[in-house]
Amino acid sequence: MAYAIDDPSRRRFVNWFLGTSAGAFLLAVLYPVSRYLVPPPSGESAAGTVTLAIKPEDVKPNTGQIFKFGSRPGILVRTAAGELRAFSAVCTHLNCTVQYRPDFGQIWCACHNGHFDLNGKNVEGPPPRPLEAFAVNARGNQIVVSKGA
Amino acid sequence: MEPVETHGAVWRWLDRRIGLADLEYLARKKQVPLHRHTIWYYFGGMTLFLFAIQVATGILLLFYYRPSAEEAYESVQFLMAEVEFGWLIRSIHAWAANMMIFTLFVHMFSVLLLGVYRPPREITWFSGVALMGLAMGFGFTGYLLPWNELAYFATKVGTEITGAVPLVGSFLRRLLRGGDEVTGATLTRFYGIHVAVLPLLTAALVGLHLFLVQKHGMSVPPSVERGGGPLRTMPFVPNFLLRDMVGWLAALAGLAALAAFLPAELGRKADPFVSAPIGIKPEWYFMFMFQTLKYLPARILGIDGEVVGVLGFGLGGLFLLLIPVLDRRTARGEPSRLFFWIGIALIVYMLVLTYLGYTASATK
Repeated sequence: MAYAIDDPSRRRFVNWFLGTSAGAFLLAVLYPVSRYLVPPPSGESAAGTVTLAIKPEDVKPNTGQIFKFGSRPGILVRTAAGELRAFSAVCTHLNCTVQYRPDFGQIWCACHNGHFDLNGKNVEGPPPRPLEAFAVNARGNQIVVSKGA
Repeated sequence: MEPVETHGAVWRWLDRRIGLADLEYLARKKQVPLHRHTIWYYFGGMTLFLFAIQVATGILLLFYYRPSAEEAYESVQFLMAEVEFGWLIRSIHAWAANMMIFTLFVHMFSVLLLGVYRPPREITWFSGVALMGLAMGFGFTGYLLPWNELAYFATKVGTEITGAVPLVGSFLRRLLRGGDEVTGATLTRFYGIHVAVLPLLTAALVGLHLFLVQKHGMSVPPSVERGGGPLRTMPFVPNFLLRDMVGWLAALAGLAALAAFLPAELGRKADPFVSAPIGIKPEWYFMFMFQTLKYLPARILGIDGEVVGVLGFGLGGLFLLLIPVLDRRTARGEPSRLFFWIGIALIVYMLVLTYLGYTASATK
């Protein structure tokens, strides 16, 4: 045989080499790119307790307001009976921020019409779970909200 | 081809170097069939024209826009209030986007109802459905860029929906958001997708789509083909193209009027620590899905309602994509009433849910 390149087994070997090199090259490019696209973990909000910049007497009965609980919003509600309650304000349906509706006396999500009662329980609409409840302590003229009610 | 006397020296110089005669031959060869459904042929070209407007106005917006949570809203505000004709460019970009999605829907549904997806045009259909997905991706990512309140919550909901995908949901959501929450990281990610990734993919797919249209010629609906008789045609250049251009001019005039009388709004700056505003709504072309999610109960057969919704829409999209493979009757050139009525049902569903989305009370 005059030309070694006509040897089928040798050709197969060279093709295999070429194929695996191309595959390895692709892998070497795609792996770092795919890792690059995944954002690095950000420190979970460590906040377990926050002191609000609101005085207890400024929160009127049958009203609610949003406060910062670490990097997420919380909602502080004073019931018509005068009790202070706090929940995570992140709707369990699709993540919107809920609000207090004095006309229903309920916590309500504007995005998909979800209703929660004043224990945070999902009572109407699409939300599948209750809102996470926080513990509220009014100490003098400070309101302290903490996780794990 | 015979050398044409009317061409000048410059044309001949170019022809020898890049083959203008071949292009001229292609342009002259293209014929548009004339029948009672010819009107639908205009909507594909109209969509392409509106896409060209998006590219042009989008590039202009890039000169002033700043993609960060601290500056995005302010840069759009500056563009609208201070930059000469800034309001015009942004309003045309916003209106042409809506108009493009509309003509794309009309184009797609006309193609669906006329059975144009039958062999050998399956890949034209696949690329068209993929282009619709890209167009909706453009709408979704572009909506966030002004970093206003509506956009912020729409993006929260939209990205949270990807979290409902089984198994890989939370990973996908993190990937899309660039973190666990919608933040400035999400904004830069959407910006990159909106101005680089989607335009590249769209250019490639539009190229394929147009190549296939050119290769197979304009489809004649099976109902017209079965009617028999000689088919009249019209040359694409210049007869049909000139008619196309009348439509484009009308669209441009309409856009200018809409931009002048109903300029794009900006609203309030996004704030993660305010409640979602009452009456919050997505863009109209997402409305039918948004409204469906409102009606789904919290749990369906032990599964979260939103998971069922997302799976339903995913399967619906897959079904739409695979219609050329599923519809065997049309493939054989026989009439397919089933797929015709599926198309009609789809249109009615989208219209009714969209109507309800705009009229139903927010708390009912």
